[in-house]
Amino acid sequence: MGMMQAERKGEAAATPSLYASHVKVQPRAVSGPVRRAKWTVLFLLLGLYYAVPWLRWNRGPGVPDQAVLADMAHARLFLGPIEIWPQEVYYLVGLLILAAIGLFAATSLFGRVWCGFACPQTVWTDLFMWVERKVEGDRNARIKLDAGPRDAAWWRKKAAKHAAWLTIAMATGGAWIMYFNDAPTVTREMLTGEASLTVYGFFALFTGTTWLLAGGAREQVCTYMCPWPRIQGAMLDENSLVVSYREWRGERRGKPSDATAGDCVDCKACVHVCPTGIDIRDGQQLECIGCGLCIDACDDVMGRLGREKGLIAFETLSNLAASAAATKGMEPGPARRAAGMAARTAPRFLRVRTLIYAGALGAVAAVMLGAWVMRETLTISVLPDRAPLFVRLSDGGIRNAYTLKLANKLREGGTLTLEIRGPADLSLMVPEAPHDPQGRPLLHARPDAIASYRAFVSAPPTLHLPERVEVTFRLLDAEGRVQASATSAFLGPRP
Amino acid sequence: MPTKIEKDAISGQMTTGHEWDGLKELDTPMPRWWLWTFYATVVFALVWVVIYPAIPVSGLTGLSGWTARGALPAEMAAERARIEPMLARLREASPAEIAADPEMRAFALAGGRGAFNNACAGCHGAGGQGAPGFPSLADDDWLFGGKLDEIQHTIRHGVRAGESDDQRGIAMPAFLSTGMMTAAQVNDTAEYVLSLTGRATNAEAAGRGEALFSENCASCHGERGEGNRDMGAPRLNDRIWLFGGDKAAVVRTIAYSRAGVMPSWQGRLDPAVVNMLTLYVHSLGGGE
Repeated sequence: MGMMQAERKGEAAATPSLYASHVKVQPRAVSGPVRRAKWTVLFLLLGLYYAVPWLRWNRGPGVPDQAVLADMAHARLFLGPIEIWPQEVYYLVGLLILAAIGLFAATSLFGRVWCGFACPQTVWTDLFMWVERKVEGDRNARIKLDAGPRDAAWWRKKAAKHAAWLTIAMATGGAWIMYFNDAPTVTREMLTGEASLTVYGFFALFTGTTWLLAGGAREQVCTYMCPWPRIQGAMLDENSLVVSYREWRGERRGKPSDATAGDCVDCKACVHVCPTGIDIRDGQQLECIGCGLCIDACDDVMGRLGREKGLIAFETLSNLAASAAATKGMEPGPARRAAGMAARTAPRFLRVRTLIYAGALGAVAAVMLGAWVMRETLTISVLPDRAPLFVRLSDGGIRNAYTLKLANKLREGGTLTLEIRGPADLSLMVPEAPHDPQGRPLLHARPDAIASYRAFVSAPPTLHLPERVEVTFRLLDAEGRVQASATSAFLGPRP
Repeated sequence: MPTKIEKDAISGQMTTGHEWDGLKELDTPMPRWWLWTFYATVVFALVWVVIYPAIPVSGLTGLSGWTARGALPAEMAAERARIEPMLARLREASPAEIAADPEMRAFALAGGRGAFNNACAGCHGAGGQGAPGFPSLADDDWLFGGKLDEIQHTIRHGVRAGESDDQRGIAMPAFLSTGMMTAAQVNDTAEYVLSLTGRATNAEAAGRGEALFSENCASCHGERGEGNRDMGAPRLNDRIWLFGGDKAAVVRTIAYSRAGVMPSWQGRLDPAVVNMLTLYVHSLGGGE
């Protein structure tokens, strides 16, 4: 009995827990060219995000003057000179497809540059970490603070940090709202308490998620939530530039004074600066977002030791293999370094994979450009009545009724002449429209709106038509040019 | 089924025991907060089940007592309040004013369609296509006139329903059953009526019927069967027949009379809805 219990206990101890507590990653500050590049991208992207809603674009009276605006209430998307109606959402789909292929192409060329530099999760986390560092100090100070007593200083620092985080988060949530509302108006309304519950709700949602994801969740978003790290293995190959530790040069790790050891002095600088808390020397791994901060950290150490930089670098897997093969069995030292570096070849950017991505990118862009150039600003759609399909008139003739919809995507209206093309002797009547001297209806295409008309087409009793004939409705401008047309059917009794 | 749980040589981590073609899966622990998130969703679901009617058993309504049906009146009232300014405009405006204002007209046509399907389509059919005894509203034949004001009057006061002093239509006598005509006279009159559209089967009978028609029918239907809108007497010289145009139907009409009835909608419907119906009905066949 006692033995069995002891055995079970032994088993339980051997089985690792199904769940692990989160260990907070405390990255150390680092400086260098990669860090500078990251700051540049961060300032650029955040600047764009916060500033774009304030850009104005004069579109004339009665039209929003915000350059980028998704006007939900009026169902219009404004992008500078471009104005898109809801039924043209395929332009947005095209943009998303372009973005996706662009992401594939960038990944296959340069690895996870999106994750490491441009992803909002990375950008905002970087900003939040900078705030944390300013308030609580660098890595060691923070570890000490978190391990120490919760005294007045602890509370003061935590409160200051979260206050700063919430300020940034509120600016983020507030800017998001501005893409859907007139920025100056909604800012004033939000400050005076006049904004709608929807506005406050979305503001709270985006403030909350910014604070939670950039402040609390951080690298766990990348490791556990984001599907992209799992997908992009399919885009990478041995010619992609990825953040790599040059194992052939660094091993065997040893003290700086040890002349027989490799270049890696096991200082763990690369681990301490990593925002996801991994060791790049373990090779390619899911958690690595490719930010390259370990490159700066390692180069700094190598510089101080007087060793050649680039122990960690953006490097292709094929070069790593070539260098490793060239230096196999060599003793650590300048000769091994030189041999390894000499074995490298320039990364091949033109590969079947990247050419296919470039081709797809070009094809989608061409289709979108073509669709935009050929975009019709005036369309007519003809909806024939379904009940009744046709009516017998008092003189014995047959009449069909249609609802015409004139969608005018321009900001100026116009008058157009309506005519039908079909069997001769069919007559057209639009009771609510005036007529030109030849008796043709004159329809008004209302600016930036859909105008609706009821049209009636009649066949005299003497005209014997098949059960169904085609009728084309055409809109002519003042010069008689066809501006839009649509074909429908004229129905009658079975002959 | 797990086959062999073992320690992975490279990572030092335990495997799940699953193996696919030599590939083994590491048993990486889940973050604990993820587990807590899962528990939170379970708690949320339990609270939801207690508060809202989540179990499809009659009587289990949830603590809050909320039901979709119970929420409907408030939603309807909110929608009603939203469109009330437009309804107020439609109430005050004449049909002609509504037709001239694109915004009011578009609202009236959309709202009129719904009101028509609710109140009118039962007899007049969807799209006003009509049925025997129920006039088509999509053609060019109007018993009481197809102008906006005339349509509005008919909707307001109804036809022969005895509900309004201004109602449309008078009754047609049943010539045979009241003894005003003999069966032979009814036949002759019917032949004459058919001859108005060139369809008489017996020219002699039609000739006899002309005098009968002039004496009994022309005061309402006109000397040449052109109809009379004041009385709601249909045209008899066109191709549209409300109760059927073959001889048997015409004989039956003369012998036993016919009269359509339509209720008065004034007082039953909001004046704004009457105006919306007016615009919609007028749009079906283009009106007059």
